[in-house]
Order: sequence, then structure tokens, then C-alpha cells
Amino acid sequence: MSAKQTKKKSVATAVRQRTKKSTEAVVKEEKKVAARLIPIYIMGKRYEVPEGLTIMKAMEYAGYMLIRGCGCRGGTCGACGTVYRKPGDYKLMVALACQKTVEPDMYIAQIPFFPANRAAYDFAEVSAAPEEVFKLYPELFRCVACNSCTKACPQGIEVMDAVSALKKGDIAQAAQLSFDCIQCGLCTSRCFGELAQYHMFQLARRIYGARIVPRAEHLAEMVKAINQGKYDRCLDELREAGEDELKKLYQEREIEPISAGEDWKPKDTTHL
Amino acid sequence: MNLAYYPGCTLKTRARNLEEPAVASMEALGLKLDELPRWNCCGAVYSLAEDDLIHKVAPVRNLIRVRKQGASELVTLCAFCLNTLKRANLLMKGDAEKRDTLNDFIDEGIAYRGEVKVVHLLEVLRDEIGWGILAGKVRLPLRQLRLAPYYGCTLLRPREVAIDNPENPTVLGEFLKALGASPVDFPESTRCCGSYQVMNSPDAITEYARPIFNSASSHGAEALVLTCPLCDYNLGRGQRELAKKQGGFKEMPLFYFTQLLALALGLSPHVCHFELNHGSPESLLREKDLLPRVESVQPIGG
Repeated sequence: MSAKQTKKKSVATAVRQRTKKSTEAVVKEEKKVAARLIPIYIMGKRYEVPEGLTIMKAMEYAGYMLIRGCGCRGGTCGACGTVYRKPGDYKLMVALACQKTVEPDMYIAQIPFFPANRAAYDFAEVSAAPEEVFKLYPELFRCVACNSCTKACPQGIEVMDAVSALKKGDIAQAAQLSFDCIQCGLCTSRCFGELAQYHMFQLARRIYGARIVPRAEHLAEMVKAINQGKYDRCLDELREAGEDELKKLYQEREIEPISAGEDWKPKDTTHL
Repeated sequence: MNLAYYPGCTLKTRARNLEEPAVASMEALGLKLDELPRWNCCGAVYSLAEDDLIHKVAPVRNLIRVRKQGASELVTLCAFCLNTLKRANLLMKGDAEKRDTLNDFIDEGIAYRGEVKVVHLLEVLRDEIGWGILAGKVRLPLRQLRLAPYYGCTLLRPREVAIDNPENPTVLGEFLKALGASPVDFPESTRCCGSYQVMNSPDAITEYARPIFNSASSHGAEALVLTCPLCDYNLGRGQRELAKKQGGFKEMPLFYFTQLLALALGLSPHVCHFELNHGSPESLLREKDLLPRVESVQPIGG
């Protein structure tokens, strides 16, 4: 392996290889890696990790095996909520460990789960009345508008505004404001009033989706048409076609031009 | 002209019959109530513990938002919100140490010093429009309606936040006169409805309500006029309980002052949401021929 190739070698590979080699070999290997090492503190202990890694990868690089506190690794599952501070700044910062890259001298702790009671309800019985939320989550009214929840949201949601929306009975607004919520629970971990914001917002979004948003009429019509067998013939034709025929149909299919207007129709309208 | 307006949570749920007629009426009067784009609960009650600053955060945050959007005056409708916001504002004006602590914690990037003036809609009607001009805009004078103006506590106490003389208030009476109604002076008009005390002693609700209704009706009132959703809740439930317990007790309609304003200005009774009121006010209005004929009022969902 040439020096050039080694330099190009991704950090991920280095991390993978590390598990197989002795500590001594690793030290050697790390020296060859292009990435600079920076100090971070995981639960108070200092580690040197290559810069450019996410917090999650840095933890694994440092030797942690994550069986909880990691999930999709793509910033959508909410399993890797993390808090950190940096020297000289009193502000508590939050991040998803799979998204945030390490910075020098970060003090990191993961909060992969935070206890919060989810109210039990039979959704079929739940209406769109504001009181539904009040009844299931009466602690809503313990909010003091301290705004710590908003500061703790790695998704940048205006959490406190969504709580306020629930208090004023605006379930639609709460659902819309909390749309990006991944239920990581960091808001709940910081709440002065001990609210379970993320569960409340989930209820709000369920009510919004099922009871407030107008039904799409065209969807119901289309489902009805499908059930009435409008497309059965087309499917049967395809099912009966041989491989060559299918290939031909695929290659010769008519594609809607990008510039097509609303009234565009294919040449063959027999299936419309 | 637009006025920065703080509704409060209850006005969006149980007390839509306080808010909606006010919004419609003020638009008709050319002073539009412009709801703050962002607001949170007022804090619901002003904490009396000197060092309990966390419960001052909610009202102060609202005031800071008003200041940030460049308004100098904030109009409220709910007497309780008025009280909480105004008292928190006084704290921010007068106590430098607590002010700094609160500004620091609230972290909105401005040092708020109590610059916003918090007013009640009755003050806008009295001081910015004037009773004479209001009377001139009345299309349906509320003649023959004998109404008892009930102030409760929070418009008038403590003295520092009172919108009128706390011992002998006249603002609601003058308002009713401007609408063509006959205000009934009664000694219990500033007596407490029970406020949040009824949470701890639910049975006391009738004992708070009894003297108020007895006094109002013995002075000839046909209905009570309110400014506060909590008074409405306590007195409405209180009189229902009284009617059950006490033979001969007759329930009295409870109006919000804003409903009477809208009605007198000739707006549709739809905006008044009488279906949310206690004590069937519509039958009294019909009796006095004060309910314009419109298609039947649809109760709104929720």
C-alpha cells in the first residue's frame, strides 16, 4: 500500500481496522491517518479522536460499543440525543450524536432515553377538542414558559411555542410546529414543569392528521375506482405478458415531458 | 389603527364568547385588535412569594415580545391576564435586582425595564374612544336591560394595577350606560367569586356565589356583566349548584361585557357565541326584543 493510498484511506476504514489490531499497531496506524486528532471528553474522560468524526463515531473510535443510544445513524430516529459543553461557555449545547461532528474540548454525555409517561388512550375515542390533551396530559399546565425545552431541541423546533399552542387549544398549530420532532426526549429532560412534551406532540399530530386535516376527496375516489376493478385489466395484461413483451413495454413507455402542463395526456389513453 | 393584543389561553377555548365579540367590535370601531404573533400563557396567577421568580417568567416573556415587535401598549381582555401581566410589569419597572435576574434567565437578548403599558379593553373604550363617541356608534341600544356590573377582584386589586377606583369603580357602569342599558349599582360588585380557592374547596363555590347573586337580584338586576372567565366559571357553576340546593333560587344570565358591546354595535349575535354562556342569556334578550333575527346560531365544535 503506497503512502498516497494510505492518506486517502477513509477514517471509517481506520476505525474498522482498529478493532483488529493491537494498541501499538493502532498508534502507528493513527499516525498515518490524515485526520488530525483532537481531544474530547466522554463522560468526563479524555480521548483523542480524529477530527471530522461524528460524536457517535468518535465514541466508537474511543472504544464504546453502542447497543442503545444509536439507531438509524441518519438523524431521524431520535435515539442518540446528546448534551455537551465547551470550555468558557456556560451554555449547554445539544446534538444528535450521529449528526454532530466533534469539536476540540467538547464535554459529551449521551441521553439516549429520558423517562416520560405516555398517556394511554383509545384513539378511536379521542376527538379534536382541546380538552382531550388537557385530560390526558394535565401537567401541560405546569409549563412556566422558561423556554429550556426550545433550547434543548436538536431539531430546532420552537418547543415552548408548541406547548403554548396546546394550552390555548390550537392542536393544529402544535402539530405543525412539532412536525420535525424525532422524540429524542431532550426537551423533556430539561423541563422545569416535568412535562412529557414529545408524547403530547405525538398526540397532537395524531389528532391533527385524523380529525383536523380535511380528507383528500380524490384519494377516496381513486380507492373506490381501484376497488371497482378499474385497473384490473391493465394488471392482468402485464401479468400475462412475457419477459420480452415487458421489456418492450418498458423501453417504449411514454414519459411525461418535464414541461408538460396540467392538461397533458399520453397518446394512449385507454387506461385513464 | 391597530392595537397589540394579548388574548390568553382561556379566550381561545372556553371563553371564545369573551374574545370573538371583542375582536369584531373593535374592528367595527376602527381600532383593530392585532393578536401578538407569538405569545404564551400569562402565568395564570401572579405568584405572591417574593423569591418565586420562575413564575414571573411567563408574563415577562410576553411583555418582552411586545417590546421586541415595537409596540408600546398591550391590550388585554381577560381580567386575570391583565392582572398577571401588569403586576409582572411593575416588578420589572421597580425592582432592578429581580429585573436583571429575569432578563438574564429569559435570554431574549433585550434588557426589558417595564416599558410596555398594559391596559384593559375597558380602558381603551373609556380613554381612547370615550363614552360619548361609543354611545354615538350604538345601533341597538340595550334599553330596559337592568345589568349588574360585576368587577370581581383582578381589575381593581391590588390598587397599583387597578383600572379604576378600587373602592368605588364606575367604568363598567359607564360602559353599560353608553350602550343604552341601565346599570344596577350593588354592593357586592367587587366581592371575590372564589377565584382558585374553589380548587381546594369545591363545595365553597355556592358560598362565594350566593351573596353576589342575592345582592344583584335584590337590587333589581336581570343579569350580571363580567370581564373574567374565572368569574364566569365560578359564578356560573355556583348558581347552578345553588339552584339545585335552594328552592326558589333563580339562575341569572351571565354576560361578558364584550358580548353586550357587539350586540349594541349592531353586529351579528353569531359573534357573541351565547351558546357558551351560563344562565341562558338569549331568552332574556329575546324577551326584551334585543336579539336580532338571524339564522339559528350553530354551536361550534370543540
